Formats: sequence, structure tokens, C-alpha cells
Amino acid sequence: MAVCIAVIAKENYPLYIRSIPAEQELKFHYTVHTSLDVVDEKVSAMGKALVDQRELYLGLLYPTEDYKVYLLMPNGVSYKCKKLLIPCVKSMFPNQLHRYGYVTNSKVKFVMVVDSSNTALRDNEIRSMFRKLHNSYTDVMCNPFYNPGDRIHSRAFDNMVTSMMVQVC
Amino acid sequence: MEQGPAAAVGTAGAVGAAAGASAPAAVAAAAAGASSSGVSAGYCPVPLPLSDSEQQCYSELFARCCCAPATSSSSGHPPPPAEVGRGAPLPGPAATAGANQVADLLRASQLPAETLHQITELCGAKRVGYFGPTQFYVALKLIAAAQSGLPVQVESIKCELPLPQFMALKNDSEIRYSNTTELHGMKCQIPYVTMEKNSFKRVDDGEKQQEKISPVMSPVSSPPSSPSNYQRVPLTYGYGKLRSGMDQMHAAPYETRQHALQQEGSTSGSHGPKPTRRQTSLIQSLSVEREPQESNSNYPDDPWRITEEQREYYINQFKSLQPDLSSFISGSLAKNFFTKSKLTIPELSYIWELSDVDCDGALTLPEFCAAFHLIVARKNGYPLPESLPQTLQPDYLQTAFLKSKWDCALFDSYSEPMPVNQQPRDLNRIESSIKEKTDLTAPAQDVTIDDKQALKISSVDEAMPKDLSVDTAAKPGLLPPPPALPPRPFVSQTDQVSEIELHPQLTRTPSQTEESGSPVKKDLPHSQPPSKPIRRKFRPENQVMENQELSSVTGTSSVPTVPTVKPHAPVQKQSSKQKKAIQTAIRKNKEANAVLARLNSELQQQLKEVHQERIALENQLEQLRPVTVL
Repeated sequence: MAVCIAVIAKENYPLYIRSIPAEQELKFHYTVHTSLDVVDEKVSAMGKALVDQRELYLGLLYPTEDYKVYLLMPNGVSYKCKKLLIPCVKSMFPNQLHRYGYVTNSKVKFVMVVDSSNTALRDNEIRSMFRKLHNSYTDVMCNPFYNPGDRIHSRAFDNMVTSMMVQVC
Repeated sequence: MEQGPAAAVGTAGAVGAAAGASAPAAVAAAAAGASSSGVSAGYCPVPLPLSDSEQQCYSELFARCCCAPATSSSSGHPPPPAEVGRGAPLPGPAATAGANQVADLLRASQLPAETLHQITELCGAKRVGYFGPTQFYVALKLIAAAQSGLPVQVESIKCELPLPQFMALKNDSEIRYSNTTELHGMKCQIPYVTMEKNSFKRVDDGEKQQEKISPVMSPVSSPPSSPSNYQRVPLTYGYGKLRSGMDQMHAAPYETRQHALQQEGSTSGSHGPKPTRRQTSLIQSLSVEREPQESNSNYPDDPWRITEEQREYYINQFKSLQPDLSSFISGSLAKNFFTKSKLTIPELSYIWELSDVDCDGALTLPEFCAAFHLIVARKNGYPLPESLPQTLQPDYLQTAFLKSKWDCALFDSYSEPMPVNQQPRDLNRIESSIKEKTDLTAPAQDVTIDDKQALKISSVDEAMPKDLSVDTAAKPGLLPPPPALPPRPFVSQTDQVSEIELHPQLTRTPSQTEESGSPVKKDLPHSQPPSKPIRRKFRPENQVMENQELSSVTGTSSVPTVPTVKPHAPVQKQSSKQKKAIQTAIRKNKEANAVLARLNSELQQQLKEVHQERIALENQLEQLRPVTVL
């Protein structure tokens, strides 16, 4: 159901963006970008207290327009994933996009945009999706030919993302 | 880094520019160009769109042209009388694809001389002075375009074209193959005629040879006068029939073998075209013999299966990076190593993804072999698979490795870089009788039949050190470009040279062999025929040496007979005869030594230049490498 999955680098430029209606990619670019502000806000709000042993799962950021945005900030190569649990704001508007976020230690962020029209994905499902994303991202990082900061072209990563998006839809 | 510009090449005009660029760039461009354009997953930008069949065709042709050293054509081969459209010989030294072979190939395409000149210029061979893979492929594509009636321009090669056709010189009409025969037909069109006796020998040695890959295009026999290859028509038709029924894999080894045999025969100059039927039948019998054997040993039609030779080569390379076979090669080390293959980073990244199954950023031996194999396949134009083939899975390879441990042990003993100095060998060959050469090469061609890999090896080998002559590569101390697998063609040479090394007469070759780097590549073929060919060669080698002596004794009685004559003839006469004989022998040997020494120095020069280039390139790479930020 995820209509868009994005990987944002530490410097807030996209490493990977993939959306189901491919032609709406630009829109998703904007969507994801705006959510980055929320991410930064949440991350700074967290401070040091939540740094250890918690995955940086930011949960639902805010419902805007049509989609919910989930933000995921993966830890990058760190083996400890941190999640920031943030209460999700349920959308009151149908057909909205929900964005979920996930942040990692290395400040690489995953953003997932989900169509809320589908029965709302449970939080756990979102988390598991982020976990899978994170693992795939780690695998990409393990490839010596991948320079951190490059766009992600890994086919394995693509396949994993596709499967996630397809299954959700 | 060369790959950057090479990967970025996408415009028509850039093809020529890429060809004109430095050799590594040309290689990278060729690697990029070799990837098929929309047919399979084009993993990187393709400056020269080639379909699958074209890729395979071209790579095989290229391998064929490259296997033989670019020595001057011997006087032995008669110019085909009824030839049309013979172009002038190509200019420039043939550092990569043999200029003679390429010239013959171009002539065989039966295009007018002007067209051939145009093609040569367009593909950039004139500019760079040699036929690298890029130039060769572009030339082939231009030939196809010209034959289809398109103007010889760079733009015309962008579209889908039928395969270029090459008429066997001296041919009959039967040789003309339509494009529909495709690869098989294409391959056949380059006629490889075996000399009668060669074919006989092949039949005799057929069994042994068929056990192994055939790559042999080797110039083992002397001065590969490549023109002679194309002049032998008769076989083509037979080949055509044969090939169309055979797997492509099977075809190539035949061609290669035949090629080698022809080369052997050509020098003698006494071989005329043989009746087609006979050879065809021989070939058929060979092929028949071949197939059952292939079925139980290698699977030539499976590009993803690693042959023994390849495995040992990979293991050797692994050892050079990491002496402990049960440990890992770290990611950065492997990256440096594979980057030398001149494939693009995205492709290498993908290959890594495929081969590093546990995703730990390091390669175990099976993973390394799988990765290496994929690189070799890619360099030979095979599109990368979507997922790791079963035969490349680490667990599969693990079991295979355990089985072949003993091969490793054997292999190690022969792993000393063998010389690939073809010129001196050629000289030696010239001196010795062809027959002996045949004896030598026949056993030497005892390699697994996986011709595809043979092609890979030879073509990869050619692709790799583009700026090097076929003979040289980095010193053993420096890692030669990884995918440069030992060209099968050189198997017999190396074996032969190893024999030569043993022989006191040719003391120079050992020194040369130590220096030329491609020896490391040649190791692979040794592995499989390590014991057999070597042993077998001892005998023929002695014969060779004897023959050399014999040949060196011109006009006078042979050395062995001289002593026998002694007791009978007057002492004075005998002694003078003996003296003459000895002096002649000394003179010949001195000449040989001089030539070898000269060649040695030339090759060392080349080696130095290559080293410098390499250093310069590595510096560039370091500068261009993006600073990683985490």
C-alpha cells in the first residue's frame, strides 16, 4: 500500500525515491521534503535521551493532503536501530496520505508515504516494513562499490521496495 | 577515472571518440558497448548497441583475431586468387587484435577497399594504431552496415543490423550464409580449414582434447598467418552444417581448434585446401565425440558454470589477494581488484550484490569465484542474470572446490608465470618443423571444450590489457587485470614454452616468461592439462629440439648422424662436416638469442610503459574518488 518510499541522506537529499504511480514522483519529492522538517523537529525534540537502544521510528508525521507520511530514519550501518515512538495522529480525512518516518544513527531517513484509503496499516506493519527497508539499506551499504551518498541503484533494494509497495497496494 | 567518461559515452560520435581515447577508456567503452541495449537489462549506457547474437559473434571473432599474435604473415599462404574486394592491409602494429587477422576478416567481408578503409578509420583503429575490442566491434558493426547497404558512418551502427557476413576467401558459393543462420552461420563463415594431417591428429587426440576446453586459437604453431585461415574455404560449408546443429559453445572450440591447426599448417606453406567433405566428416566425428564427453564433464552451454581451469585461475587470484583460502577478501580489497576489470561501477556493484550472498561486505572463496566468473561473463558480453545462477551459489561452489582441491595443488606447481612471448616462440616454431608443432599443440589443446569460456578468456584477455601487447601484462608481482583469464590459445604456447625452458637451447625464454605478466593468466589452462600435456610434451619437445637442431643444420648431415659417420668416413672430412654443422647450429642459436633478446627488451619497455600508465590511472582514480561522508 505504500505509495512512496524514500531514502533521504543525512544532508537531506534523496538517495532513493520510489512511488507507485511513477509519474507523481515530483509530488512525492515535495511531500517527502516537507516531512523532513517534521523529522528534524522530532529528532531535535528527542535529544540525547532516546539515543540508545531505541529505533528512530517517528511514526506518523502528519496527515497532509491525501497521504499519510511515515518517516523512517535508519541508522545506517549501525547495528542498533533506534526508533522514536511518537504517537500517531490518526487522520480524519479519507484518502489521505500518511507519512511515516524512521531515522537511524547516521541520520539517514526513510520516509514512507501510505495511502490511508487502504485499511490503515497497523503500526507494527509499518515498523516491520521499515525494518526490512533498513536491512536492505544495510546490505546496500555493505557493497564496496557503493559510495555512501550515491543514489541507490541496487537491484536487490529495488526488488525489496517493489515487493513492499506491491504488497501494500 | 576512465570508466566515467566511458560510461557517459552515449552519442554516436562518441563511439569513435571513445575508441580514440586511451586504451582503458576504450576497454571500458567496449565493455559498456558490449552490454546489449534493450535486449537484456542494459545495465549501463550503451554507446554501441549490440544484440545478444552480435555480442557473442563479435566477441568470438575478436577472440579469434586476438589469439594469434600479430606477427607478419608467413610467406606460406598463397593469396587467394578469386578474391573480390581485397582491402589493403591495415596499418599500425597489432597490439591487440592481430592486424593480419582483422585485415583478413575485413577482406573476407568482401567490401570494397575504400569501404574497408573507411571502416578502419571510423572505428578508430587507425587513430589508436591497433584493434582494441571497441574498434573491433565498431568495425564489425560497420561491416554489417556496409553489407546491408547503409553508408559507412557512425550513425548507421546505432540501429539493429544483421550480422556481418564474411566470405571465406577462395570460396565457393556455398559459403555464403544468410543472416538467419546467425551466430552459427556467422561463426562458420570464418573458414577454418584444417590441414589434413592436422585433422588427422585432431581425430587422434580428439578424445583428449575434448575433455578440456578448447580455446586454442593459439599461435602455438608458428607465424600465424591469419590470412591463411580465411583462405581455407572448404570447411566452412561443413562447418555451417555442423554448427547449425550444434550449440554455439561447441562451435567456437572447433573454430578455435581449427584455427590453431590451420595456423600450424599454414606455416608450412604446403597445405592446400583440403576436400571439404573429408574435413567435414572429421569435424563431425569430432563433434560427435565431443558431445558425449562434454555431457559428463563440462557443460559448455552453461555460461554460469565454472570450469576447472577457470576455478583454478580464480583460486589463484584469490590467493594473490588473500593467502588463506578459507578466509575472506575484504570489500575494499575486492573492490580494487575488480575495478581493474574495467567494468562500470554500477555493473560491478550489481555483480557484488549477486555474489555476496551473506551481504557481509567480504567475499569468501566461493563468493569470490562467483563474482569473478560473473565479471568474466560480463566482459564477454553476457548480460548479467537477475539472480545468482545455481552453479554459482556458494554452497554449490564449495562442494566443487573440495573436489578440485587436488587440482589446486597441481596447479600451484605450474603457477609460475608462463611466458607468453609469442614472437620468440614463433621463431622457434619457424625453425622447427611444423609437424612437431602439431604434435605439441595437439596435446596442448587438451582443454575443456567450453569454448564460450575459451572465448571469454581470450577476449577478456584481450580486452583487459588493451594497451599491452597480447604477450605482456603486468608482472607477476602486479596483479594482472583480473578478468584476463588465461587465453586458451596460449595454453599450448605456455606448455611449449615450459618445455622450452627446460631445454637449454632456449634459455632466453625463461627470462622473458618471468617478466611477461600474462603468464599468470596462462596458468589456468595449465591446471587442467597439467600432468598430461606436460608429460606428453616432454617427448615432442625433445623431438622439437632435435628438429630444431636438425633444421639448423642446413645442408649438412644432421647432427645425430654426424657422429655415426665419423668412424666410417675419413677423419678430416668428418671433422670438418661436424665443424660446419656445429657452427651453423651455433649461428642459428645466436640469431635466435638475438631476436629473443630484442623482443625481451621491447616487451620490457612495453611493460614499463604500462606500469606508468597504470600508476597514472590509479592516481587519477584516487583523485576522483568521492569523499565519503557518513
